[in-house]
Amino acid sequence: MLDLFRKDTFRHGVHPPEMKDDTAEMAIRQFPFAPVLIVPLSQHLGKPAKAVVREGQEVVRGQTIAVPDGFMSVAMHAPASGLVRRITLAPGIMGTKVESIYIEPYPASTQDIDDGEPCGLDATPDEIITAIQNAGIVGLGGAAFPTHVKLKPPEGKHLDTLFINGVECEPYLTTDYRVMLEQTEDVFAGIRYLLRATGASEVIIAIEANKQDAAERFRTTCPDDLPVSVRVSPVKYPQGAEKMIFSALIDREVPSGGLPADIGVICCNVATTAEIGRLLPRGRGIQERVITIGGPGVRKKGNYRIPIGTPVGFALEQCDPVDDISRVFMGGPMMGPTVSNLDIPITKGTSGITAFTTAETGGSTGHKKVYPCIGCARCVEACPVFLNPSQLGILAKNEEYEQMAESWHLMDCFECGACTYVCPSHIPLVQYFRMAKKMARKLSAA
Amino acid sequence: MGKLVKHLEIGSSPHVSDGASTDVIMRNVFFALLPVTVFAVYAFGTGAALVIIVATASCVLTEHWLCRWTGKPSTVGDWSIAITGLLYGLTLPPDLPLWMVFVGGVFGVAIGKFMFGGLGMNAFNPALVGRAFLQAAFPQAMTHWSAPFAEGRFEHIPSSVLAMPFWEPTYDAVTSATPLALMKFEAEFAGGRELMAGLTSGSVGETCGALILLGGIYLVARNMMNWRIPASIFATVAAVTWAFQLYDPATYPGPVFMLFSGGLMLGAVFMATDMVASPITNAGCWLYGVLIGVLVVAIRFWGGMPEGVMYAILLANAVSPHIDNLIQPRVFGTGRRAG
Repeated sequence: MLDLFRKDTFRHGVHPPEMKDDTAEMAIRQFPFAPVLIVPLSQHLGKPAKAVVREGQEVVRGQTIAVPDGFMSVAMHAPASGLVRRITLAPGIMGTKVESIYIEPYPASTQDIDDGEPCGLDATPDEIITAIQNAGIVGLGGAAFPTHVKLKPPEGKHLDTLFINGVECEPYLTTDYRVMLEQTEDVFAGIRYLLRATGASEVIIAIEANKQDAAERFRTTCPDDLPVSVRVSPVKYPQGAEKMIFSALIDREVPSGGLPADIGVICCNVATTAEIGRLLPRGRGIQERVITIGGPGVRKKGNYRIPIGTPVGFALEQCDPVDDISRVFMGGPMMGPTVSNLDIPITKGTSGITAFTTAETGGSTGHKKVYPCIGCARCVEACPVFLNPSQLGILAKNEEYEQMAESWHLMDCFECGACTYVCPSHIPLVQYFRMAKKMARKLSAA
Repeated sequence: MGKLVKHLEIGSSPHVSDGASTDVIMRNVFFALLPVTVFAVYAFGTGAALVIIVATASCVLTEHWLCRWTGKPSTVGDWSIAITGLLYGLTLPPDLPLWMVFVGGVFGVAIGKFMFGGLGMNAFNPALVGRAFLQAAFPQAMTHWSAPFAEGRFEHIPSSVLAMPFWEPTYDAVTSATPLALMKFEAEFAGGRELMAGLTSGSVGETCGALILLGGIYLVARNMMNWRIPASIFATVAAVTWAFQLYDPATYPGPVFMLFSGGLMLGAVFMATDMVASPITNAGCWLYGVLIGVLVVAIRFWGGMPEGVMYAILLANAVSPHIDNLIQPRVFGTGRRAG
């Protein structure tokens, strides 16, 4: 109800504790190379890349080791100079095995990077889009959607506004915040490329109120010729979802089942934008990314520039884990998938590693007594896409997946987890919905 | 890495929750009813105390027995049945025979809650189901009201309370008319201040409007009650009453009288807001409140009985699933705001 009178935010949502103080003021530091780096060929949504190296081959840091297989695919680059040991299946974060390239860095491997063909601002939009694809750039916020695909709107759609997403609404994560402070110039350079590629005429940088100094940095250093406005929203989860940003800042809703292009906008994560601005002028590709390693389960918390392919176990060991570490997940605690195997590598979509101890996991949904739904409507009040999670939960329990999809808009759920977060009966709502979405897709395909 | 392997567990996100728990919500509703309960015992003496204790005990024991009997773990620990029992006790006349109190409690819980499937499944507020059963079975006993603040109310137990099952109860005092009965049959309207402070006769827990509101404000402040339901009931009752009073002030009382007399306060704040039996959307809750408000005024003004809150809420409970069918949130990206 209050939201009606509050500007610059979306309706509904929740307020989990932000927990960003431990790492917010820690500058980005370079992470060491692990003894073996595992680079999956599918780190993005879409088709896996095609390996162009063979086992036993020597690679140089930054060298292209896999090329895109079609438009819905991006390239991969060697995170370190070393030997390709194996190309085989390795465990992935989603629980499936993924074709991956194992690289053993040379003990003396330096941070030097092999430069490729640069792409300047004078390039045509199509050249920029191809350069972004060849640089292996995907959404670094977590979704890992190939960025170049977004830049090419469907026939007949025109993009007028480019949103740069610096909201970072997940608790514990401070990577985007550090990138905004330390790579401000890269972000502006990236914006120039994106404007050129999309033909958009306006840029809005979206930030939450707990990152005022990042907003201030953008305002004071913005070049005069860039059509940029910086907008600060009150802190609320899941404001970082692109649909929520559009609804918060320009009061337009992406149609159900549609794309941002349908309302003439495009949204790009701020770290992704910074990478575009940093990599394209040198013709490089993504071989490392900034992540936050934090949570009560590690002592050496911080923001690290970490090679892609670093196993989670190695990353944690470097950060001095505590004895009663009990659960590790990629990203933040609201949406982060749990690490089931410590050999799972950091990929382009990994924004952080958060480690919990038994004290925190005791409070998670799976550990608490489940009561029947009492119709308290907290989930209805929390759902950012205005679903009825209470009803959906009852249907999911009865395995009525088709009815959920057809009559109750199940497919509009983007799995933010706000419903489970507020449920006083500790019903695993979003967990049900993830499974139900899979089942509904299967049933409709059959 | 050994240290890590040993301890790691797997669970699906979100890995945090806001800490709310159904049993905590229920416990708080119970606490919010305690000031009203204390006042009830103070105003009506030992009779009221016994009625409340037997009412609560009958509901809690019935649920416990039924769970045991059907081989399920007892659900008494979630506090929901304690609220039902206490609320049920608060809606009864202060000198009701205890055996009737017990029978009504068993009926309310067995038929009103357990038969529907227990917590979360009950279509009707079980406390009101129990009371409605008594109203139908024992109409005379259910309309015998003793005056509040009677001399010696703490010294002896009213003889009617201890009446033997199925024997005609003998009353110590003649019945004292409730404000609504006076309104209906004598066209006398009690003053607002007297009603709010709980100086009139009535069911044990319904007389002190101020304390009921206090409990409601506490629950709303802790986000454990949807304020829209009582607000909608109050607004509807006030608006409809006000219109009739303008038309004929001699026959129809004013909004303040209607809001604070009878069971309206207790019903609107603690009964209609039963989360299970009320609609889930806010828009639905407004409509549900309007429905209750209109029914209350209609029954009180033109029905055969002086009081109509109980039936108004039970009827609205029955309509609530249909309100939910009719009113659902507009899904993001659909309808007028899409695009």
